[in-house]
Amino acid sequence: MSSELPVQRPRNDIEPAEPLDNPGLPEHLPRPTDVDPAMERRAERQISAFFGLATLLTLVFCVAYFVVPKDATFLGWSALNFSLGASLGLALLAIGIGAIQWAKKLMDDHEVIEMRHPVASSEEDRAATLGMLNDGIKESGFGRRPMIRNSLLGALGVLGLPAVVLLGDLGPLPGRTQFSTVWTKGMRVVTDVSGLPIKAADLEVGELVNAEPAILFETDEEGERVLEGTEALQAKSKAAVIVVRIRPEDITAPAGRENWGVDGILCYSKICTHVGCPISLYEQQTHHVLCPCHQSTFDLSDGGSVIFGPGKRPLPQLPLSVDEEGYLIATSDFTEPVGPSFPEIEQES
Amino acid sequence: MSDTKTPTHTPVEQTKFGKRAGGPVKWLDERVGAAGVARGLIRKVFPDHWSFMLGEIALYSFIVLLLSGTFLTFWFQPSMQEITYTGSYTPLYGLEMSQAYASTLDISFDIRGGLLMRQIHHWSAMLFIAAMYVHMLRVFFTGAFRKPRELNWVIGVLLMVLGLIEGFAGYSLPDDLLSGTGLRFVDGLIRSIPIVGSYLEYFVFGGEFPGNEIIPRLYMVHILLVPALLLGLIAAHMLLLVYHKHTQWPGPGRTEKNVVGYPVLPVYAAKAGGFFFVVFGFTALMGAVLQINPIWAYGPYNPSEVTAGSQPDWYMGFVEGAVRLMPNWEFTTLGWTFSLNVFIPAVLLLGAFFTAIGAYPFIERWVTKDDREHHLLQRPRNAPVRTALGVAAMTFYGVLWIGGGNDIIATQFRLDIYAITWFCRVMVFVGPVIAFIITKRICLGLQRADKEQVLHGYESGVIERSPDGGYSERHTPLSEVGQYELTTHERVEVAAPPPAADDRGVRVSGARKARRHAFVSKFYYGDVVDKPSRDDVDEARHHAGHDGHELEADEEFRGVGETGVPRSH
Repeated sequence: MSSELPVQRPRNDIEPAEPLDNPGLPEHLPRPTDVDPAMERRAERQISAFFGLATLLTLVFCVAYFVVPKDATFLGWSALNFSLGASLGLALLAIGIGAIQWAKKLMDDHEVIEMRHPVASSEEDRAATLGMLNDGIKESGFGRRPMIRNSLLGALGVLGLPAVVLLGDLGPLPGRTQFSTVWTKGMRVVTDVSGLPIKAADLEVGELVNAEPAILFETDEEGERVLEGTEALQAKSKAAVIVVRIRPEDITAPAGRENWGVDGILCYSKICTHVGCPISLYEQQTHHVLCPCHQSTFDLSDGGSVIFGPGKRPLPQLPLSVDEEGYLIATSDFTEPVGPSFPEIEQES
Repeated sequence: MSDTKTPTHTPVEQTKFGKRAGGPVKWLDERVGAAGVARGLIRKVFPDHWSFMLGEIALYSFIVLLLSGTFLTFWFQPSMQEITYTGSYTPLYGLEMSQAYASTLDISFDIRGGLLMRQIHHWSAMLFIAAMYVHMLRVFFTGAFRKPRELNWVIGVLLMVLGLIEGFAGYSLPDDLLSGTGLRFVDGLIRSIPIVGSYLEYFVFGGEFPGNEIIPRLYMVHILLVPALLLGLIAAHMLLLVYHKHTQWPGPGRTEKNVVGYPVLPVYAAKAGGFFFVVFGFTALMGAVLQINPIWAYGPYNPSEVTAGSQPDWYMGFVEGAVRLMPNWEFTTLGWTFSLNVFIPAVLLLGAFFTAIGAYPFIERWVTKDDREHHLLQRPRNAPVRTALGVAAMTFYGVLWIGGGNDIIATQFRLDIYAITWFCRVMVFVGPVIAFIITKRICLGLQRADKEQVLHGYESGVIERSPDGGYSERHTPLSEVGQYELTTHERVEVAAPPPAADDRGVRVSGARKARRHAFVSKFYYGDVVDKPSRDDVDEARHHAGHDGHELEADEEFRGVGETGVPRSH
């Protein structure tokens, strides 16, 4: 680091340049405030006015904090937020503008020249450092006693293991949890907000219903939810479905899934197979659903196959049936994992 | 501090200031011995240019982030415990939500100044990252990353990456519908990591998504881990800046060997200190009048809901775009599924992009073989290939960013979303090439124009008609300073390819390497317009006496029409 004071060099004592000579620093031109005492006093007044304004606005901020009610509005904004923000913001700006004006108008504006020094240390310093490193290493016997050295390096290396092993309880192992959802045979398909069962006969052609497994709304004997909090969210993030009714003649059911629907009512996982956003932008005419996150598009009349976008796997389909009261039920869990792909997704148990 | 003061002034110890400050300074110095260091710093010179304050904006918005963030921690509850909301925002009253979301609502509606601090915090985060990007572009396009500043460039890239992580972690904390959707994306991203994806997912989220660990963990990352790393790296960034001394633009009196500017005390202390208040004041005003992230409008996170037009914060837009544009490549081999459709754009691309940026100074050094220190900045036109590469990278980023907003573009401009996606898929490869070619041409054109100006002056706008009807525009020679300023850049030399074999037909060892180097050297410098030589300038000056060159009245010239246009045209 430089310990030299900056020095003003004679003007043209600079490196020869090519093709033209360096003309040297231009002459310093005085500012109006340097030569006109009236201008100087004016700048002084202006700058202190900014600082005075800042003080005033800061006081306005404090008053607003206590005076402006939390629910009042001003031009559609929260009045409290606006008055606090505007007074604080303008106060800060006034301080900033005042300080910068001070520097630009009144502080000495002669440019100063400081010489650079090479970034590297002197050859001598470098040689001395190398020598000292060498002495230190030699005295330790680090090079001469490979057994000590290697065993130490080994010990230090192994110390990395506890750091990794200790993280073991960050989470449980996945096991087979990614392969199943809360759907079971006979579970009713219910609407996602109210939890009401869906009557097959009530669904119109072209309609799409966001639905959930009934277990998310079930309560036990004491009136407590069966699934609550985190557990409910985890269940929901895999089991959410969409139910659509398509004219049966428009449906091309994949082999083996011919009777997974009820009179053209089909049920698919709502969780995109790309990165797991819930899908629901439905186009009645084409039977396409579009994921709003990355636009993977699936054809519900064609087994949920992908027709565009970065998603690869078709939307998993939930086999449907109706119970004796005519409400939609699942006939089993999904037969394949729902949601985004994971490395083990194709591995059979 | 200049030689204008006579050396016969009274010693500082005997001045009024010296008598008052001498004691405390002595006391402190005898305990910490800082006078030696302070001596070099108090009057340290910084050069002046508007582009040097871009990094300052980043630094100051980081300070604003620390201040506003500390305020927010007093009330924010980083917990995913589900509770029933009973705060003052009536539309959500009685709803089940996580404590994180409820406490964010409290900060927004029940803590006075809480909404302001939230908005200041979010706006300054945007500004922090934007300023870092623009600062990085300034450093890149002016060649300020060259020796001895390569390491500081790498530190800057690390700061950039940490800034993105920090921003994303903070954005996920309120646990609203939008941020939860962002986390769902992260979940998919982690799953896509080959072989270990599922395990990492369960470790990060503490079980199956969403679990109840991720927000407390991200909170720790957001308020402790990453800020500590940022602070440390910012300190290193600043220390190196002070040690290297700031770069400056070449100009009269400004050379590789000096720094010309104003001293830290008082001018820079006032200017930079004042600028901190300007940045803070600006973000406070934004917090006052520009709504940002109105989490109450999104509702609490629900894994089965999403809003159309879900977008991450702007700085994640390019990753989002890459994920949207990627074709659906996914394959299974030996029982393991590889989701390249997510892994490539979200993990690999991000890593590759910033690695390439970080490695650039070393790549250029390999091409130029230039081992000297550089403290003078280059005008972007004088490094045409570097500038073109930079603009190509910006185009790549920009196309991805557009791709990240394909749904918004489709709805706003009534365009086909698949067409936009396909356009971006093509442009992400073609766009940078076009940008490279155009930028390089523009740079070369500007170099020629500079050369022309040095030799023949600038167009004065005065049209003269000669007695025989010829028209010419009078050129006015540049001032000496003007000429100097346009010729300060260095001449470049293209490495010549070595002969494959020597006179006796023996293959020269290392010739292949040298040929490869000659090839990239030609790619870099082959088309650069050389600046005029001293002789050229002298000759042009000699000629300048005879005024500007005239438009020759050629044989076809048949006078001028009523409109003043020569008839031959």
